Amino acid sequence: MNLTLRIWRQSGPDAPGELTTYQVSGISPEMSFLEMLDTLNEELILRGEVPVAFDHDCREGICGACGMVINGQAHGPERTTTCQLHMRHFQDGEVIDVEPWRSAAFPVVKDLVVDRSAFDRIIGSGGYITAPTGSAPDAHATPVPKEAADLAFEHAECIGCGACVAACPNGSAMLFTAAKVVHLNVLPQGAPERRGRVRAMVGAMDAEGFGGCTNTGECASACPKGIGLNAIGTLNREFLRGGR
Amino acid sequence: MTSNPTTDSSTTDSSTADNPAADNPTAACADYTVGEPIADAKAPAGPIAERWDRRRFEAKLVNPANRRQKTVIVVGTGLAGGAAGATLAEQGYHVVQFCFQDSPRRAHSIAAQGGINAAKNYRNDGDSIRRLFYDTVKGGDFRARESNVHRLAQVSVEIIDQCVAQGVPFAREYGGLLDTRSFGGVQVSRTFYARGQTGQQLLLGAYQSLSRQIAAGSVEMHARTEMLDLLVVDGRARGIVARDLVTGEVSAYLADAVVLATGGYGNVFHLSTNAKNSNATAIWRAHRRGAYFANPCFTQIHPTCIPRSGDHQSKLTLMSESLRNDGRIWVPRTAGDTRSPELIPEHERDYYLERIYPAFGNLVPRDIASRAAKNVCDEGRGVGPGGQGVYLDFADAIARLGRAAVEAKYGNLFEMYQRITAEDPYQVPMRIYPAIHYTMGGLWVDYDLQTTVPGLFAIGEANFSDHGANRLGASALMQGLADGYFVLPATLADYLAQVPSAPVPGDHPELTTVLAEVSDRLKRLLAVDGDRTPESFHRELGELLWDECGMARDEAGLRRALARIPELREEFWRRLAVPGGGEELNQTLEKANRLVDYFELAELMCLDALHRTESCGGHFRTESQTPGGEAARKDEEFGYVAAWEFTGGAPVLHREELTFTEVHPTQRSYA
Repeated sequence: MNLTLRIWRQSGPDAPGELTTYQVSGISPEMSFLEMLDTLNEELILRGEVPVAFDHDCREGICGACGMVINGQAHGPERTTTCQLHMRHFQDGEVIDVEPWRSAAFPVVKDLVVDRSAFDRIIGSGGYITAPTGSAPDAHATPVPKEAADLAFEHAECIGCGACVAACPNGSAMLFTAAKVVHLNVLPQGAPERRGRVRAMVGAMDAEGFGGCTNTGECASACPKGIGLNAIGTLNREFLRGGR
Repeated sequence: MTSNPTTDSSTTDSSTADNPAADNPTAACADYTVGEPIADAKAPAGPIAERWDRRRFEAKLVNPANRRQKTVIVVGTGLAGGAAGATLAEQGYHVVQFCFQDSPRRAHSIAAQGGINAAKNYRNDGDSIRRLFYDTVKGGDFRARESNVHRLAQVSVEIIDQCVAQGVPFAREYGGLLDTRSFGGVQVSRTFYARGQTGQQLLLGAYQSLSRQIAAGSVEMHARTEMLDLLVVDGRARGIVARDLVTGEVSAYLADAVVLATGGYGNVFHLSTNAKNSNATAIWRAHRRGAYFANPCFTQIHPTCIPRSGDHQSKLTLMSESLRNDGRIWVPRTAGDTRSPELIPEHERDYYLERIYPAFGNLVPRDIASRAAKNVCDEGRGVGPGGQGVYLDFADAIARLGRAAVEAKYGNLFEMYQRITAEDPYQVPMRIYPAIHYTMGGLWVDYDLQTTVPGLFAIGEANFSDHGANRLGASALMQGLADGYFVLPATLADYLAQVPSAPVPGDHPELTTVLAEVSDRLKRLLAVDGDRTPESFHRELGELLWDECGMARDEAGLRRALARIPELREEFWRRLAVPGGGEELNQTLEKANRLVDYFELAELMCLDALHRTESCGGHFRTESQTPGGEAARKDEEFGYVAAWEFTGGAPVLHREELTFTEVHPTQRSYA
């Protein structure tokens, strides 16, 4: 396949950026999107040009490092991570726009690399259960109904990639925050800190400059792990409970 | 100890600055010298089941009021590092932690799929601490230290409790109790899991505990910062030199002790199941500063990975071993049978693992399953493009359990397979092939997990300690968390309680020297200005290692590799191309710098593989096999850990003899 790429190039956080056009040829449909970018970067290095910077690591869809807006969609046309998107979903001759996550709370570091440390600070504000090492009772001391365990798991699957924020017209981090609140609040182990957790996390989220939620639902349709919009409903309910 | 940890060839070689190859001696070191034997002086004597209690009781404690004055550097935020950082901070130490990823939540532990072992015996199927210990020593082909493995089995029980308390959503039965499944090499069901994402859930548990400590100010977290060297002052590890990957700034960080939790070195092979940025620089630089490197040739090849699809392949993807619980592995009975799988009738299929190993069937240990796959492919019976694959077939399981049950157990793995290959494993059998997955070798540590450099500890996959020559499935997560949550925090206190904590002055000559060496190395990489990319060198090195030091090794091939690696390294320093500068985010420079260390490590791996003329576990020397084609150990000659000392020239081999008082070494049998 031969493709035309229009990629956002920005040398640093304060530098101006622009879309730069590149041609790539000999792309196999079996390649992942990142392998296609690897191919471009190899050519750029040989031409003495600075390759396109992008975050990536596991390339299995689980570490959450990669993420770019492809043709206007977070992670591109398939509901998966960028590393698991394969070129068979594109046509020969296609023009593909590649941009970084865009959100005030995710400043650009370089090219397609953004700073998502705001997510870490939201987790640090309350996205945990206080259980210092060595303090735990036997694992079977508290049975957890299977439904609760499954629900917790489905929300704990969040990989922290930031696609939800990138897809949201308001740049809201509600889905990310909600996923962690649901994971921990439905478990009996998470119950003692339930109220404080939701208030602290929502407070941290607002302090980081993420936008508000207007129930657009783009976040849930971009989420590569399929975390649903219901989570945000639960977050709101937990928040109201927490205020009492 | 014969080493002087502060001596390093590059610090004593006055030609370093103007000779790019001086950092990387080009002499083909197909030879080595033998030094004093080494021994673990920390494991207490006495009955094996009492040793850990005794060590913990005898270990000195640090007064809680004094802990805040003690700074501990932890490098890495995977299961071992994340657990250690959180626990040390909870205990009151001042922790300074590093990861090269943009967040401590992304370390490669996150990709572990199948599960974590623990001797809970919740199934009442005959499991016990003793049995987990026995299985691990046997599974490691009798090349692990008994006292360490027994401690691992003991601690395993506490790990599950700890993780459940943190809110790790393990799979549960309808009664609300934890579910378990079986993994290779064992006959009990002791593997706890969270669908196919156990590593993710355990890591997020550790990350959340760590985040709590970061928010509390007890852990000073440096993300996007990579360790590039170790600072050894007056014979003790006192800090690291690290590069801020965003600004390119190289700085020294000082502490009372340094903990490396930087994972394994599987990426030396280029194609592996490791994350792309996992690398060996931290452990290799520590090795150059005096830490012995143990059993570098013990690498694990995982039998069930998705075969490569072409030359563009950047990494390989694992399909969890748990699939072997229900999937049946087969190839056509006759070579050259290219019919599609549904057209091959039952009697023309060879379920070779079930045939050769009827007792364990598809659940034989990884090294055995991998070699068996290689053998049938070498016979021309492999399937898929290039004949480099075997079938993993779920048709029977779907017929027996129904599609919904199979989906509930393995849904996300099937989905991942389909996304990558565009084939539906509910309809056609998966194609799998072995790939590099884990490294049992690593920095040599004693029972306290301390390396040969006092004050330098290595935990998790970065050390060599518990898995011998082959790791059993679901044991990596167990070891990482055992080391991080329970073992290191106890043994590190003993060290900290005994050493004076006089601060290292910021203008100490060792700091100045090492900072200059690191900056100089980066500048030289940028200055080569050649015509080959780091990736092309990595690919070539990896293919060489896979061919000569992969699933089967022999003397001629290892000697070929040992002759070729220095040539390749010489070419690297002549033809490397790294655009951009050092004072910015430069991923090409990061990669090139990691390659410098891969070249040296690859040489030591081949040398270790060459010197160990026996086969054991994942190390298969074709010259040493049983009439049935299984690995033939030579216990009299090789019943030791090979701990290598770096000299800058021919390395020095220090042997740690292994004694087995609890489990008598036998030829492993899974038939």
